[in-house]
Amino acid sequence: MDNKIKMQARKVDFFYGKTQALKDVNIDIHTNKVTAMIGPSGCGKSTFIRLFNRMNELLPHTSFSGEIFLDGMEINRSSVDAVDIRRRVGMVFQKPNPFPKSIFENISYGLRVNGIKDRGFIEQRVEDSLRKAVIWDEVKDRLNDSALRLSGGQQQRLCIARCLAVENEVILFDEPCASLDPISTAKIEELILELKKDYSIVIVTHNMQQAARVSDYTGFFLLGELIEFGKTQDIFTAPRDKKTEDYITGRFG
Amino acid sequence: MKKHIVQNLGFLFIFLCLLTTLFFLGTIIYFVFTRGAQAISWDFLTKAPRNAMTEGGVAPVIVGTLYLTLGSMLFAVPLGLACAIYICEYSPKSLVVNIIRISINNLAGVPSVVFGLFGLAVFVNFLGFGVSIVSGSLSLGILALPLIISSSQEALVAVPHSIREASLSLGASKWETIKRIVLPTALPGILTGVILSVGRVAGETAPILFTAAAFYKRGYPRSIFSEVMALPYHIYALMTEGAHPDKQRVIAYGCSLVLLFLVLFISGFAIFLRQRQRSLHG
Repeated sequence: MDNKIKMQARKVDFFYGKTQALKDVNIDIHTNKVTAMIGPSGCGKSTFIRLFNRMNELLPHTSFSGEIFLDGMEINRSSVDAVDIRRRVGMVFQKPNPFPKSIFENISYGLRVNGIKDRGFIEQRVEDSLRKAVIWDEVKDRLNDSALRLSGGQQQRLCIARCLAVENEVILFDEPCASLDPISTAKIEELILELKKDYSIVIVTHNMQQAARVSDYTGFFLLGELIEFGKTQDIFTAPRDKKTEDYITGRFG
Repeated sequence: MKKHIVQNLGFLFIFLCLLTTLFFLGTIIYFVFTRGAQAISWDFLTKAPRNAMTEGGVAPVIVGTLYLTLGSMLFAVPLGLACAIYICEYSPKSLVVNIIRISINNLAGVPSVVFGLFGLAVFVNFLGFGVSIVSGSLSLGILALPLIISSSQEALVAVPHSIREASLSLGASKWETIKRIVLPTALPGILTGVILSVGRVAGETAPILFTAAAFYKRGYPRSIFSEVMALPYHIYALMTEGAHPDKQRVIAYGCSLVLLFLVLFISGFAIFLRQRQRSLHG
């Protein structure tokens, strides 16, 4: 079945102080698909995906209303622990943010905080994660080096591996290639296509070619509203909304 | 062209400021060294004072200062760090917290003799610790607290938000994030604060004046409830009392030199720790 739904957003409004950042956003995230969020800077797309792992609740002076579902369960209910949600819904950030620790410790961290102590198991999982993120061959001989000595592109793949290690179900990519060169970007894109076999993926990007290359579904945001959402090929070949067409043809943005 | 001249004049001025500072530092070291060096010998460092403190060594005095410094840090570092963690990481950003923060900073400006009097009233008399290492350490610790709190706060605030988010996004709780990510990253900065306060505490006279220091005491302190001799107060005593000012002055300068090296040594050790931490994490 092509259309299994992993996550849903219903009637989402979000405010920074009195400024409304999201207006009545509704979206479905499909299982084992890549969903891209495009739109000009400040349109709310990063704010939006941070609701899927409850990262926005860490920000002061914000308010949220609406519902977010993960496998049909509303994740903001008081009986749901944000820690459990974040374990299932991982995130890769805009700028590579490895911990100032060794490469090995960066990956094993997520396992340790989730209570795994078995050394052999951790070593195996670290290797698997680094292999999945296609960085194993570059770092296997220096797992004890500081992660900060890696290049930007390597750091970002390390952050992806770190995220994979906790075996989540959804991965949120918040402009993962914004600070990377074209070669590193290509590697990350390949990786995303590979990962969608096992994960449901949401990616925020400024780069429309990137959205077209990697995603199955695309949502176009403008000023906090989801203007259009649909299959990527439809959005890019036959947008229904004039604003979407203007944006993807480069008339503004 | 004119720009260049102005710029060079600016640099020259800054350089002269630096030279002036170095000049004072250099003269202090030279002064203490030339007058104190003649007193230094193996016996001076390892023997107790004799003949009404005009001969012999200052070993018990050095030990006293070490005890007081160590004791104050045992008290002030955990407490100060805990305060800083609470203020930076947990407390809501409210008016009350701001007032607390400002009060802590003001505490750093309180004259040290006031801490001495406070120690006398509270630790020596009210809590009944007597004139002792405990009372002195606690008084010095309170003096060091604002230094440690404010430097720890700065170190904690400097930890990038992005790696906190990374930790939380992996399913770590707030406390795990603080313990495993924030504190290790902030440690070099925290240690810098501790180094500075060690230097300050080891050399303070006023807080131990009524709370710990003895003019003369035979032998080494037996327990944490004993009075002690300490270097700064010992210097003061040698320079102001006693029957042989000439002999005593030499010993006083010797003590100054020892104190200088003691602080240098403790700081050096902490700097070594800090660098090791940096190389592990950088």
